Amino acid sequence: MRANCWYGKTMLSVEDVPDPQILNQRDAIVKISSTAICGSDLHLYNGFIPTMQRGDILGHEFMGEVVEVGREVRNLTVGDRIVVPFPIACGSCFFCKEELFSLCENTNPNAWMAEKAFGHAGAGIFGYSHLTGGYAGGQAEYARVPFADVGPIKVPDYLSDEQVLFLSDIFPTGYMGAEMCDITPGDTIAIWGCGPVGQFSIRSAFLLGAERVIAIDQVPERLRMAEQGGAETINYEEQNVYEALMEMTGGRGPDACIDDVGMEAHAPGIIFAYDRVKQAMMLETDRPHALREAIMCCRNGGVISVIGVYGGFIDKFPIGSVMQRGLTIKTGQAHVQRYTRPLLQMIENGDIDPSFVVTHRMSLEDAPHAYDIFKNKQDNCIKVVLKPDWDGNEGAGAKDDSYTVVH
Amino acid sequence: MSTNQQTGTFDRGDEHRSSLSQGANYAVERARPGLPSTSAKRLAKGLGWFSIGLGLAELLAPRAIASISGVSNKHTGLIRLYGLREIAAGVTIFAQEKPTEGVWSRVVGDALDLTSLGVAATNPEAKLGRVAFATANVLAVTVLDVICAMQLSSGSNQGIHAQGTCIVNLPPEEVYSFWRDFQNLPRFMRHLDSVVDMGDGRSRWKAKGPAGMEVEWDATIIADVPNEVITWRSLEGSDVDNAGAVRFERATGGRGTIIKVNLEYMPVGGVIGSTFAKLFGEEPEQQLDDDLRRFKQVLEVGEVVVSDATLLGTGYMAQRPGQPAAPEELEGADMLPSETATNYGSEGRYTER
Repeated sequence: MRANCWYGKTMLSVEDVPDPQILNQRDAIVKISSTAICGSDLHLYNGFIPTMQRGDILGHEFMGEVVEVGREVRNLTVGDRIVVPFPIACGSCFFCKEELFSLCENTNPNAWMAEKAFGHAGAGIFGYSHLTGGYAGGQAEYARVPFADVGPIKVPDYLSDEQVLFLSDIFPTGYMGAEMCDITPGDTIAIWGCGPVGQFSIRSAFLLGAERVIAIDQVPERLRMAEQGGAETINYEEQNVYEALMEMTGGRGPDACIDDVGMEAHAPGIIFAYDRVKQAMMLETDRPHALREAIMCCRNGGVISVIGVYGGFIDKFPIGSVMQRGLTIKTGQAHVQRYTRPLLQMIENGDIDPSFVVTHRMSLEDAPHAYDIFKNKQDNCIKVVLKPDWDGNEGAGAKDDSYTVVH
Repeated sequence: MSTNQQTGTFDRGDEHRSSLSQGANYAVERARPGLPSTSAKRLAKGLGWFSIGLGLAELLAPRAIASISGVSNKHTGLIRLYGLREIAAGVTIFAQEKPTEGVWSRVVGDALDLTSLGVAATNPEAKLGRVAFATANVLAVTVLDVICAMQLSSGSNQGIHAQGTCIVNLPPEEVYSFWRDFQNLPRFMRHLDSVVDMGDGRSRWKAKGPAGMEVEWDATIIADVPNEVITWRSLEGSDVDNAGAVRFERATGGRGTIIKVNLEYMPVGGVIGSTFAKLFGEEPEQQLDDDLRRFKQVLEVGEVVVSDATLLGTGYMAQRPGQPAAPEELEGADMLPSETATNYGSEGRYTER
């Protein structure tokens, strides 16, 4: 089969690899119809996640058709159309029973690596380094899905791939980012980062009852998409974020702040240079600018929701502000399996149509180009969907006509 | 036990056998057998300070050292190097909880010093009286070093000890009965090929030793308290003398069972064999941790979980790339864990809501 393989920092190659096979009896093999590039894939692409190995297949947002099941998978049959959550969860351990699926104790065969890095290990993740298990990813024609009796969700035929594909990661992730804010009616939520996950956090915050959402980024088309979702926006290159937020909230600050940025934050001026130099010198692994700013801006007693990906260590963390002002920090990789069914229900009800986020569709063969424009925010790229069986009638890099920039 | 410990040798006599069964009892009490005496450790600390003091003197005042030892003062560079070596040995001693290697490195250093003094004595500029005095002093320290190093080493010759723990989301009754059926053990203990229950508390074990060696032993149960503890030890004539204990404790709030395992065994190939094995990543505690993680997987999800990078399950240092293996590669691999899977019966599996 064809698959998008990692060969080093910004080095990708779509090539022939063996087809996956059933290895555990609770596996299924899925023929992939659509697969997306996640913002967190860029951390791998940019070489910030350790334990990658040459030849690793990337991708953890995918869906398709079941073509084979292990003998212990009783709830799926060949031909089912499913979306696959990015964390792999066994469904039987303490954490799965608590619905903390991304913390599953049994699905990371390289738990010893993660224990060395983090103290304890989380769940295995598709195509996301050996630290999270060394599973082949879904930017391929086929994928082996372990614990297929637990994770995948069957989706109805009348919904298009792009309406349901993001149940695999960014919709539940953005939703959990908003849910962690414990939103009560009348709340104002500030969101750092208007990438795909940020876009879903904006819409989820409204779905959960927020009255105002303020979104922060510097990319014009992303800010416009945020406004289309109902958010007020701050362009951090034009405005001082702290001052703008204080002015908008009468000096109190937002009730909760979501970090939808993570370890590769950009910031204006000297603080970005400071963090970038420390990161390059391995004095810190992550650039926490968005997180620092979110903490300083949040109202007293508010919630900081960290859903953007961090991988290591940070510097100048304002713990004094957190403690003195009684902030609550909530974090985590999304427990996707907890959200797939209720969020599918919302899609079926027409409360949200996740396909709004897609800006580019192209062939799996064009994955290296797709990563390049996504990373460099070229061609107004916000979200790319790759299709293994792309017929190419719109040409590689075709832009979605249904998404037009309106302002 | 006493004779073995003093000589640092290992035979299969009665003395040793009693030490192993004692080991199993210690294991039950979660004590750690085979620790060196505190006097050896105290002596090691003294030698460590001596190393650092002498090292600093050699580094900072090589001429004075040369003069005291009666050797030519042309070799201050060499004396400074020896000073660095002394300091390194001292630091090693203080860095280790049990400084066996640090003290042995001092013994090697002593040999080097004695050789250098011997060479120096042939130099016409040498003051032979002072060289002889220095040599006598080094010899005295060498004796102390050797005694201390042997005392520290004799502790480790008592066997390898490993302890590990895990928590399984099932009640102690189920976890205990799975373990008590020793024929289940090869499903998660990577080095075991088979365990056959011969009745009467006896069992025959076959395992893979280092470098593909086949090893075999018979074992007997010493203590068996249902749902609480099982201890066992090997019988005479074993290829690998060993003893072990596993305890089952009910976790708080009905959150399953905490398993605590203590193992003690004489390494195949002795100390050299175990050092060799460690070089190739066969760290006993890590091995036990990996076995316990597989144990948990087999009990909770029915089989050992594998990824593309770790086709044979958890704990593998050598990683394949994260892409599917070719059919030939799968055929060439050792048996996949899923091929031994049998019990998928764990209740309340999260499939429907």
